[in-house]
Amino acid sequence: MPAPRHIEHFVADFSETPLQATDKVKEDQAPLSLWAEAWRNLRKQPLFLISAFLILVVVAVSLFPGLFSGIDPTSEACQLANSDGGPTGGHPLGFTQQGCDVYARVIYGTRSSVTVGLFTTIGVLVIGGIMGALAGYYGGWVDAVLARINDIFFALPLILGAIVVMQLPMFRSNRTAWTLVLILMAFGWPQIARITRGAVIEVRNADFVTAARSLGVSKFGALMRHVMPNSLAPIIVVATISLGTFIVAESTLSFLGIGLPPSVMSWGNDIQAAQASLRSNPMPLLYPAIALSITVLSFIMLGDALRDALDPKARKR
Amino acid sequence: MNTPVEIREEGTAAVRPLLEIRDLAITFKTGGGDVNAVRNAHLTVMPGETVAIVGESGSGKSTTALAAIGLLPTNGRVSGGQILFDGEDISNAGEKRMIELRGNSIGMVPQDPMSNLNPVWKIGQQVRETLKANGLPDGPDDVAKVLSQAGLPDAARRAKQYPHEFSGGMRQRALIAIGLSCQPRLLIADEPTSALDVTVQRQILDHLDKMTTELGTAVLLITHDLGLAAERADKVVVMYRGQVVESGPSLELLRNPQHPYTQRLVSSAPSLASRRIQVAKEQGVESEDLLAPAEEGLVEAAKPDEVLKIENLRKVFKLRSGLGRSTDFTAVDDVSFSVKRGTTTAIVGESGSGKSTVAQMVLNLLQPTSGKIVFDGVDTSTLNAKEIFAFRRRVQPIFQDPYGSLDPMYNIFRTIEEPLRTHKIGTKASREKKVRELLDQVALPQSTMQRYPNELSGGQRQRVAIARALALDPEVIICDEAVSALDVLVQAQVLNLLADLQSRLGLTYLFITHDLAVVRQIADHVCVMEKGKLVETGSTDDVFDAPQMEYTKALLNAIPGAKLMLPPDVA
Repeated sequence: MPAPRHIEHFVADFSETPLQATDKVKEDQAPLSLWAEAWRNLRKQPLFLISAFLILVVVAVSLFPGLFSGIDPTSEACQLANSDGGPTGGHPLGFTQQGCDVYARVIYGTRSSVTVGLFTTIGVLVIGGIMGALAGYYGGWVDAVLARINDIFFALPLILGAIVVMQLPMFRSNRTAWTLVLILMAFGWPQIARITRGAVIEVRNADFVTAARSLGVSKFGALMRHVMPNSLAPIIVVATISLGTFIVAESTLSFLGIGLPPSVMSWGNDIQAAQASLRSNPMPLLYPAIALSITVLSFIMLGDALRDALDPKARKR
Repeated sequence: MNTPVEIREEGTAAVRPLLEIRDLAITFKTGGGDVNAVRNAHLTVMPGETVAIVGESGSGKSTTALAAIGLLPTNGRVSGGQILFDGEDISNAGEKRMIELRGNSIGMVPQDPMSNLNPVWKIGQQVRETLKANGLPDGPDDVAKVLSQAGLPDAARRAKQYPHEFSGGMRQRALIAIGLSCQPRLLIADEPTSALDVTVQRQILDHLDKMTTELGTAVLLITHDLGLAAERADKVVVMYRGQVVESGPSLELLRNPQHPYTQRLVSSAPSLASRRIQVAKEQGVESEDLLAPAEEGLVEAAKPDEVLKIENLRKVFKLRSGLGRSTDFTAVDDVSFSVKRGTTTAIVGESGSGKSTVAQMVLNLLQPTSGKIVFDGVDTSTLNAKEIFAFRRRVQPIFQDPYGSLDPMYNIFRTIEEPLRTHKIGTKASREKKVRELLDQVALPQSTMQRYPNELSGGQRQRVAIARALALDPEVIICDEAVSALDVLVQAQVLNLLADLQSRLGLTYLFITHDLAVVRQIADHVCVMEKGKLVETGSTDDVFDAPQMEYTKALLNAIPGAKLMLPPDVA
């Protein structure tokens, strides 16, 4: 048997790795909340900057269309003499078949699209958020009942459902932006409810919720104060993306002639009207379609950027 | 090949080191520039030798080992120094060469048995994959042989099962089987047992020892536990902040640590400590400090001495087993014990022993199936909503996971203030004053108030959780594995803080833990639980010095490093 090998006892120079106080708090950086950190990430993302800029422009246009176009786009001011006319001075995008200014109609059409998109999203957030949060948080029979209702609505496609309902006489006779919002809400909430339910289930068993409960916070209080704020991130992302979907839905329904009435200016209506002269003059169809695409795309891009910034896995522990 | 041959003192040509790491530097590319994870690391593993790398999380111990097998994350690279495997520099070897070496020359047992097996593959298939990749016979018999060598009973049948049908210990055996299947000359074991119960840990390590000795495999063992390292390895390498600060024969390193960091590590290793943390008042405090507890004593004399009394507690869970049917599972079975005011009682047990269920019931978050919990003379099951609210003020929890127990959306001020606000105590100004005092008590700077949990380390978060628990001036604190997730030094710091707070505020602790070493440091009384039943109770000294039950003895024996005798001035 060989003699046990000699093992050298090595000690590093003390000055090379000076001892630090155990577990010292780093005080060199400014405090950073989740939202502040997300904002810091977003500020550097071109995707976010571009989409945010575009959305600001769209919102400004829909609030103050008069600032962007001095021309009255309503049918009364259209002159048939200009029918299908090309671009001229003061009318950069030419004229529709009815002789209306295309640029002005695109500008003034923004408001109805954005209104429908925005209010549908708000409504969907309220209904879907409440249903999803209650189902996820309380579980049991509450969950069973709400989840089945959710499934029934989820099985109905948004557009198809809206088409069927809009055909009903009571809706067909008074089509306004608000009836459209109401119907899109009715078919749009299950998606948000599903996301909310999932997010809430993930958070409700976290230790900090148990900690809050054991220091006397009520069950509902814990839902409002701890569970909901921590479930918001995925809901915001999905809501942003679905805002774009609702704008598309509005245009689709208007295009099919069962959305907004022709008297209301909207991209969908304009696209439908331009269909008639598609071969001779495709431009009046193209411009509202571009406006629609850009708006929807910027909401979807914003949603993507938010998803990256709010991803909890990307956060340092 | 030119091989450096060392001349030994005995004058014989030495065996060439199997693994030699010289001046190793590893750099990670991150968003904030390059970070040096490891600098000037050097270590030598001789053939058949077991070497342990010890260090806290972030010390670079795992990174060093990963570099040796060429599995650094893509943003990391060896930026200096050499890694010599059997004389060949592999620090910048190509992927092809590394694939040749992995498996049959260098094997690896990863840390987490829960996530390191593919859940959709049968165990046998995963072993077979390794054998096949290294060109070894891979029939069902060979697979079964490999698994049975790793100590898996009934291997042929087990090989046909999926990972979810295995317990944690069995999965770790399967991983060891995979790591050793090709009889490598070096086995890298990265915290192979830190996710397992102590008794299972002991079995696994014993078996690993036996196998590697038989095969003559050298082992590079990575661990955070100095006691375990010293018990299992011939040589210990201590890493701190990316550097090797001390290395040497394991026993000598423990008895005579030279570097200040090693000294600190030795003095706070829980498995080596032999007595309870001494608190300020026992070390002789000035007389004016002694006045306050004396007054408190008068008040407390009027209250019953047993602040918490648990009688015949039972909890049965219904497990669903198909439609409309359910089987009963008794998580807690006829448990009775009592807790004296101002003392610490520890409930010890392995996973599944029902200790956390007891804690949940004491916290009134779970209703017992039968039995009574009497808090301060009142049965807690008879409390109405208002009384439960008042009860919450007096009994507070501290949880295991410091990353999960603080709301990430709340800053530290709001977190600690929440209990005060919930119970409508004081004004805004007085609450802020109280939060500042609480932060002082847990030794965190007051500026921490504005920070968010994600900016703090695990130990700091745990101190915030303690401050939150203290906000309502509770009488009893339930610590559910409160220090299990922390590094040794941080753990010692938190334990000292808890002991200090107990002596100053007269707190009563119910301490739930799987770690007997921690129990010895903090508890006055111990209740040992096994499979829902209380198997032994007694004072800490009695239980440690003269355990009555076989199970308790097994638990005590399984504390790594328990048998290493240390001079009392070090421990």
